[in-house]
Amino acid sequence: MIVFEYIAEALFYGFMILTFMGGFMAVRSKMLMHAVLGLAVSLFGVAGLYFHLGSPFLAMMQILIYVGAVCIMIVLGVMLGNTPDQLAAKNFMGRNMILAIVACATGFASLFVAISQTKFAPAAEKIGDMSIQFVGENLLFKYCLAFELISVVLLTAIIGAIILARGGREEKAS
Amino acid sequence: MISGNLNTYLIISAILLIIGLYGMLQHRSLIGMLISSEFILNGAALNFMAFNRFVAPNPAVGQIYTLFIMGIAAAEAAIVISIIIAVYRKYRSEDPEQVQDMKM
Repeated sequence: MIVFEYIAEALFYGFMILTFMGGFMAVRSKMLMHAVLGLAVSLFGVAGLYFHLGSPFLAMMQILIYVGAVCIMIVLGVMLGNTPDQLAAKNFMGRNMILAIVACATGFASLFVAISQTKFAPAAEKIGDMSIQFVGENLLFKYCLAFELISVVLLTAIIGAIILARGGREEKAS
Repeated sequence: MISGNLNTYLIISAILLIIGLYGMLQHRSLIGMLISSEFILNGAALNFMAFNRFVAPNPAVGQIYTLFIMGIAAAEAAIVISIIIAVYRKYRSEDPEQVQDMKM
């Protein structure tokens, strides 16, 4: 059975590399469509990390919601925007790159020091487990109000998106 | 076995946050900035999941919070895409430097 642990560890490295490579692809690519592809790859890697963290349910939700829905929506936005030919010349950044790298390196260094200096003590006792059943019970009893609020937020966002995207069309037609 | 260590996940999520920050600073289109914000949200969600697995007493809270982050991110993406469509109709451009004034 030790073989499976090694396979899981190798898969962990694979998902980690997938996450980082997707991220670099997303921020460094010249075309926006490649950036969305990098985002999808990176989110897939994060879904694998959720799997390693013991929550297959969230891994599946990550693939469904992020890789499925959000990336499709961003692709829609890319297609409605500029064409790739214009973007290839115009979009690529370059100004203030040194400053951005310095800012990011400073932020990462401070986060790294904070992470390595802090001692995180595990909880004395755990109640429940990581199962979907326990998540569902918590969601419907203890965190019921937050659950309802998030659905109201989603409904408001959908209505707002429709109104925002419609308003321009009516003005253009008149 | 680094996959059973809390600090590994924290550093991965820090790198995700930094990738998002870099993209937010460097991208020159609104959609590129939206993509970068997704990275920042994912770094936060991975952080919550890591603490949920290794530290938290109730192992459902982190998963619920991560689900909420996904919901917020979906709503945010829908709003931002519709704003980008409206801005593009108005300005024929999605360069943030051209749309920084609110005057029509």
